Amino acid sequence: MTGDVTCEVAVVGAGAVGAATAYFAARAGLRVVVLDRGAPGGGTSSAGEGNVLVSDKDTGPELDLARYSQRVWREDLAEHGHHWEFEAKGGVVVAASGRSLADLRALAARQRAAGVAVEDAGPDDLPGLEPELRPGLAGGAYYPEDAQVQPALLVAHLLRLARAHGARVLPHEPVTAVRAPGGRVTGVRTPRRRVHAPAVVNAAGTWAGEVAALAGVEVPVLPRRGFVLVTEPLPPLIRHKVYAAEYVGDVGSSDAALQSSPVVEGTPAGTVLIGSTRERVGFDRRPSRAALARLARGALELFPALAQVRAIRAYHGFRPYCPDHLPVLGPDPRLPGLWHAGGHEGAGIGLSAGTGLLLAQALTGAPTALDLAPFAPDRKGLVA
Amino acid sequence: MSDTVRIFFEDRELTARADQSVGGALVGNGITAWRTTRGEGRPRGLFCGIGMCFDCLITVDGRPGQRACLVPVRDGMRLTASTWED
Amino acid sequence: MNAPPEPGYDVAVVGAGPAGLAAAVTAAARGRAVLLLDAADRPGGQFWRHPPTPPDGGGEDGHGRSGWGTFTALRRALRDHAGRGRLAYRPGQQVWLVTRDEDGFLIETTPTHDGVEPLPGPARARRLVLAPGGGDRHLPVPGWTLPGVMAAGGAQALLKGQRTLAGRRAVVAGTGPFLLPVAAGLAEAGAEVVGVWEAGSPLAWTRHLPAVARVPAKLAEGAGYAAALARHRVPYRTRTVVSAVLGEDRVRAVRRTSLDATGTPRPGGTEVPVDLVALGWGFTPSLELPLQLGAATRVDADGSLVAAVDADQRTDVPGLYAAGEATGVGGAALGVAEGTLAGLAAAGAATDTAPARRLRATIRAHRAFARAMHLAHPVPAGWTRWLTDDTVVCRCEEVKCAAVRAAHDELAAGDARTVKMLTRTGMGWCQGRMCGFATAALTAELTGHRPAEAELRSTASRPLAAPVPLCELAREARLFPST
Repeated sequence: MTGDVTCEVAVVGAGAVGAATAYFAARAGLRVVVLDRGAPGGGTSSAGEGNVLVSDKDTGPELDLARYSQRVWREDLAEHGHHWEFEAKGGVVVAASGRSLADLRALAARQRAAGVAVEDAGPDDLPGLEPELRPGLAGGAYYPEDAQVQPALLVAHLLRLARAHGARVLPHEPVTAVRAPGGRVTGVRTPRRRVHAPAVVNAAGTWAGEVAALAGVEVPVLPRRGFVLVTEPLPPLIRHKVYAAEYVGDVGSSDAALQSSPVVEGTPAGTVLIGSTRERVGFDRRPSRAALARLARGALELFPALAQVRAIRAYHGFRPYCPDHLPVLGPDPRLPGLWHAGGHEGAGIGLSAGTGLLLAQALTGAPTALDLAPFAPDRKGLVA
Repeated sequence: MSDTVRIFFEDRELTARADQSVGGALVGNGITAWRTTRGEGRPRGLFCGIGMCFDCLITVDGRPGQRACLVPVRDGMRLTASTWED
Repeated sequence: MNAPPEPGYDVAVVGAGPAGLAAAVTAAARGRAVLLLDAADRPGGQFWRHPPTPPDGGGEDGHGRSGWGTFTALRRALRDHAGRGRLAYRPGQQVWLVTRDEDGFLIETTPTHDGVEPLPGPARARRLVLAPGGGDRHLPVPGWTLPGVMAAGGAQALLKGQRTLAGRRAVVAGTGPFLLPVAAGLAEAGAEVVGVWEAGSPLAWTRHLPAVARVPAKLAEGAGYAAALARHRVPYRTRTVVSAVLGEDRVRAVRRTSLDATGTPRPGGTEVPVDLVALGWGFTPSLELPLQLGAATRVDADGSLVAAVDADQRTDVPGLYAAGEATGVGGAALGVAEGTLAGLAAAGAATDTAPARRLRATIRAHRAFARAMHLAHPVPAGWTRWLTDDTVVCRCEEVKCAAVRAAHDELAAGDARTVKMLTRTGMGWCQGRMCGFATAALTAELTGHRPAEAELRSTASRPLAAPVPLCELAREARLFPST
């Protein structure tokens, strides 16, 4: 029903990041309202693979956030993990050539020094890890911390838990204005109501730039399209999240923007997920034959035994990325009361847990477990 | 005209008319289920009959996941039930 | 792909049922190079399904079938055009993807079953007529996953396509005039049909008499089936449903329950022993191909999502036409008229002629009849009352009714897409073709609002219109050479 509401934190966007922020903020005692222009989890969150990875991140702020998120998944959220099918399946990264293996070994050494659990795997170790892998690979690395969640369940249950702490969720209410009379945020407006809030968290994901623009600030978040293929259900065949160390360049394509690196994994439902392409084509929702071919080829390069297996579904999503490939987290110094939690590119599900807890810490005025400075909305080089 | 064929389902030898599908031939021989479901191990056979529901999946000459309602019978064809245990 | 564009076909038609056959032969007769793709091994679609070999005694098994003369004429024309090289007919090919670029349409196919040769690559056509037909619409009922329960259309397909009876003692239940030919066919083939149980009210049609009177052939057809049922002493009951299917590893019996005036099942019921249950609740058009191309849609009188077309069967996508059930469920005669018009338009022939105007008059009359049929045979308002917590909604993923309700009650799912993502309804082999309508209807009841068109589009969208082996997906796209 229409009616203005008053709260302490208005979270704009009910994807994984918004839901985690709402949950941790509500758990910390804040009165929270979550708004989404559509159904909760209906955007990028439900269009990925549910990756919770440390393996794919080089040392730096993003790896720090990923490692912090690992702790949140396994400690703060441990009791709820079964609701979203948290599975610490581990990741296996494989290299086809000696050169890419050398790069992988160097990356693993840096990650290890930063505290990531990683075990080098020689060519003879690979069949033990993944029996169906193509023979003849140069080697790989095993990351036991890599994990997986079911993103739609994650969002729904985080919001359920947030509601249990008093949060209110308002789906299908697009934010049409950010109210900031006198240079300070006082809330947002939707077609149905005004939401009075001294803090507004922009967790609109791929659409975060539009929400920021409503507040008069620039946040350069752009869409990057990714396709995922789903196979018929199979008996267990692939044990880990398996992907190639090489980012396969798109040599033969007329579309130079299309890149892919095969990521193959089994799921509790028996299907095998095959990701993921990367294309900067705006919000184009048409199926792409080239992207589907690329995914299938990538999967067969790793697992030739999948040749006769049928794909039954394909889906795509738009991952939010910033030009420097780091998310934007924390208070916006340009407009007091405006906060950001977005731009996690293809890692938003995995990073949502840490992001949500860090935002809740900052919103309650507590010291944050991780320095948010590298993710600052006005950081050098991000905006002109 | 000689329009019957012999097919094998598991260890049984069956007679079918040449114009039947695998599913039609099995049902015509009184066999109504040849797949068990992945979740609960329940029996399934023909349902939609026109290739849309995939309930009637069967292994034909070693090739799994064939729709019994669509594959025509062939003399000597070997059919095996689809289960998740193997 | 940097290959130079090939000329390809002038017109491609997907589906060789009444609408697709008519479109293909009409375009070929206008001198166009036509490609006709069909998933089945023989032309005719679901409506004119027939066996590959003549039955004993010679002649083809179409005697007495509605519109069979129309079919044989279309098939003759098909063979004639194919023989003259004007029409390439490719049966046993499922279209799994259609895309469009500045040169027209690119159509990707995969063989329907082993033993069919794959086409050498995707086909290209300047214009495309989609006549993909549809399938039975389903409502879950306790026990409907037991072997021996079939879609009404499936039981009929076994009979029409391969003269196989799926059981000895059958009940045909659901709603709509289609139940009559299914029951008549089963009875003629020797099954004991214990009843046709129609959920609708006997008076429902009387509200639509003018529309019915415009299509006298339909009345004659219905009278023919009624006579066949009388001959075999098949009882016809209205406001009656199968409220449960009973058995352990296969059907043993059904529970017969009557509906009250609001369409709600009355308590209790009678156990009736059967070994075949044929269920049909109308039809669901196959919309995945129009949706792959982004064509505009509308919601038809029966609640189905259908392609929106103009008076020439044009969709809003340039060069794309739709005909038959995809534009609204309405039967074979309507499909032939729409297909003929689409064939003319796609061939670039004039459509302001007297014959085209007669086609439009036929289409209007049949559409009015179809609308009356849909309104007279709705899904009963109280159907969800026969569901139990452990009734399977999604057959593929074995998702129970309780899980769908929990997604709404506990996880606040407010639409069918969210229910699907939370419960896996529609995520399995059939991609929601069996449970899509029921999931949407159940969600609508839980949330108290009817599914919006956008929601129907989202659940009917399938970027892969058929399962495709990864080795085929991985193949470099090569163009299928034209005739």
